[in-house]
Amino acid sequence: MCLAIPGRIVELLSERDNLALVEVAGIRRRIDVGLLQLDDAPHAGDWVLIHVGFAISKISEERAAEQMQILTLLGEQAAALEEISGYGLPETWEAGE
Amino acid sequence: MSSTLPKFAFLDPQIDMAHGAGGKATRRLIDDLLGPLLYGTDAPLLPDSARLEIAGSQVLATSDSFVVKPLRFPGGSIGSLAVHGTVNDLAVSGARAQALLVNLVLEAGTETAVLAAELESLSEAARAAGVKIVGGDTKVVEKGKADRMYISTFGIGVPIPGLDPSPYRVRPGDRVLISGPVGDHGITILLARGDLDFEADLCSDSRSVLPLVEALAFVEVGVRWMRDPTRGGVATALNELAGDTGLGIVLRDDDIPLRDAVRSACELLGLDPLHIASEGQFLAVIAAEHAEAALGVLRRTPGGADSRIIGEVREQPSGTVLVANSYGSSRVVDMLVGDPLPRIC
Amino acid sequence: MRFVDEFRDSALVAGAIREIHRLADPRRHYRLMEVCGGHTHSIYRFGLHELLPSNVELVHGPGCPVCVLPMGRIDDALSIAGQPGVIVCGFGDLMRVPGKQGTPLQWRSRGADIRIVYSPSDALQLALANLEKQVVFFAIGFETTAPSTALTLMRAKQEGVQNFSVFSNHVTILSAMRAVLDSPDMRIDGFIGPGHVSTVIGCEPYEWIARQESKPIVIAGFEPLDILQSIIMLLRQLNVGESRVENQYRRAVPQRGNRAALQAMADVFELRTYFEWRGLGFIAQSALGIRESYAPWNAERRFNVPGIRITDPKSAQCGEVLKGVLKPPQCKLFGKECTPELPVGALMVSSEGSCAAYYQYEYRKTRIAARV
Repeated sequence: MCLAIPGRIVELLSERDNLALVEVAGIRRRIDVGLLQLDDAPHAGDWVLIHVGFAISKISEERAAEQMQILTLLGEQAAALEEISGYGLPETWEAGE
Repeated sequence: MSSTLPKFAFLDPQIDMAHGAGGKATRRLIDDLLGPLLYGTDAPLLPDSARLEIAGSQVLATSDSFVVKPLRFPGGSIGSLAVHGTVNDLAVSGARAQALLVNLVLEAGTETAVLAAELESLSEAARAAGVKIVGGDTKVVEKGKADRMYISTFGIGVPIPGLDPSPYRVRPGDRVLISGPVGDHGITILLARGDLDFEADLCSDSRSVLPLVEALAFVEVGVRWMRDPTRGGVATALNELAGDTGLGIVLRDDDIPLRDAVRSACELLGLDPLHIASEGQFLAVIAAEHAEAALGVLRRTPGGADSRIIGEVREQPSGTVLVANSYGSSRVVDMLVGDPLPRIC
Repeated sequence: MRFVDEFRDSALVAGAIREIHRLADPRRHYRLMEVCGGHTHSIYRFGLHELLPSNVELVHGPGCPVCVLPMGRIDDALSIAGQPGVIVCGFGDLMRVPGKQGTPLQWRSRGADIRIVYSPSDALQLALANLEKQVVFFAIGFETTAPSTALTLMRAKQEGVQNFSVFSNHVTILSAMRAVLDSPDMRIDGFIGPGHVSTVIGCEPYEWIARQESKPIVIAGFEPLDILQSIIMLLRQLNVGESRVENQYRRAVPQRGNRAALQAMADVFELRTYFEWRGLGFIAQSALGIRESYAPWNAERRFNVPGIRITDPKSAQCGEVLKGVLKPPQCKLFGKECTPELPVGALMVSSEGSCAAYYQYEYRKTRIAARV
């Protein structure tokens, strides 16, 4: 129940049937977007998580970008801390989120 | 006079689809039943083709059966597949196919137009591959007893000078090469069946690999072993090599060529591309000092531009294929057990 | 692939690993359970467990819907498939699960009409295309999948489809987690929470784990960086004695969940009083049955199913492995009587069941001398 893959809505096909054409790098399928209707109606260009032929959630590009920033900083801080740990300074400083 | 049948170790009470899938169950069928009963109890390593000496000349012979649904698919059909599969089996055994015998088992009720289309595919593929179709047998069975048609072939070829592939020649340190992206055929067929309702910019890679194999023969590149990764994919082919030699093989995940559509389909369906069939590629194990040269030769040959070195042979882990990633960790990749099945978990 | 590749970046993975090594207190041993089978699969596929310090241990939890499906339910589905004029369809995950008389694939090779579908809506399409047959969808999965089955049933009812029904085996993830936490041998310090289930149920249902059980839980995505970042977040909490619910998978998981999905599930399903979980026994209020208002589309009403309980041999220790009490190789049958080719318990059958995953990815490596 965990396999869900990000895909992009290419176009909305049928409002009555809640179908959209979704693309994942080189593959296309009609996906039921009925589960997105209440909270956040789907539009062409939106990114969604696809699970068993249904879109179960939208993917927020801003939050993904935020996460990437955190992960990048994490890597840099970890490297920096490794460097300065050689100076014998106490590691009481925690990297904030 | 009493006859004693050799005992066989095959314990499955009946034949199931898994026995035909090309993975572990197939191996058991061959090793534990066909081996003792057909080939003699000391069954040698069974190569793709048999090397025979007939009236002082060396020939190689191979046989194959083609059962594919749907009959026609993007990039090919059962007819062209039958030619390419046979030619390729001979090619990776180091032989140039000269002649094919083609047997047809036809389901009553099949439209003539359908048969004619396949005969044309067969004929065209044979012409392009430089091989003659010299005969064969045709049978018709009742409706429901064959999925429209089954094709089996017998191919005969002559050794290509400079090539003598065998698992026994493989050594630790040798490199593993692939002639191009993997899995195109298997995913195309899966999608062509229509059950999954996916559309893709993808077609089968079905083609003769003979020109690429011959290119390797002309240069002193120390080809140790070759195999076409059909049913069961790259993983099964290399596991067979690892099993036959007791050596280990380590592949680099990032170096395995994959088309986007194959990659996406595998991610969506939870499949491992290393288990998916290709019908127009081959694996070659080349001595380390010649690997770059071999790669260069392949890349300069039409159809070989996407060739890559994907891994190497090692002493350890014995009999096992590992895939290493760029994080510094690895996973074992095994032979396929049965057909690759989509999963949702 | 966008939103996939960036979360697999090796430089960022190296950074996350360094941070985990820095955070892991050498005087402690951390046991973190990933609940969801999909996480187990990711961990093995990318070898993440090999990159962690030896005092950070990942324990595989019971979030594998195939693994917890009792054998008797497979037999029920196969008995339906054995009836004339019936097509049973299900996900590929089910096809090799053994019932008493064989797997769905084996029944298919003996003539039963059993088909693999990617989506429950494909099953409904099959019914519309085969009006003279009865089409039954063998539904499994946690809350990630149940809403899709629900929408499909709603459509079937709306269109008055007469020849379609669902054999529901949907179960709820929190019941599985409760079973783990109730186990007396349980020694889990924190949870890597099921990211896709949470897109449906949101983050609030996990609060009791943090408050009452005092265990931190981080709702995690499935790519390597998601899992590693979640481990970082758990270690940070554990190091200062916190227990909170955190959402690592913010790009996909809304705090409140998915209203349409929850509503569809509420319309169509109700909690069964009891349901048996393989390896865990009967658990109250843990599974989804089809409501009376959808009775005509409930396969258990349309067909008589044997409903026979088949217990696993006592020697199979699936329950303990499911709860993280035992590691797969500690089960007496592991690798001997119970292998992926001849599975005794379902943890060996499903490819992301703990035992199958361990056997496939780890066992062969630990049996041989050298490492890469």
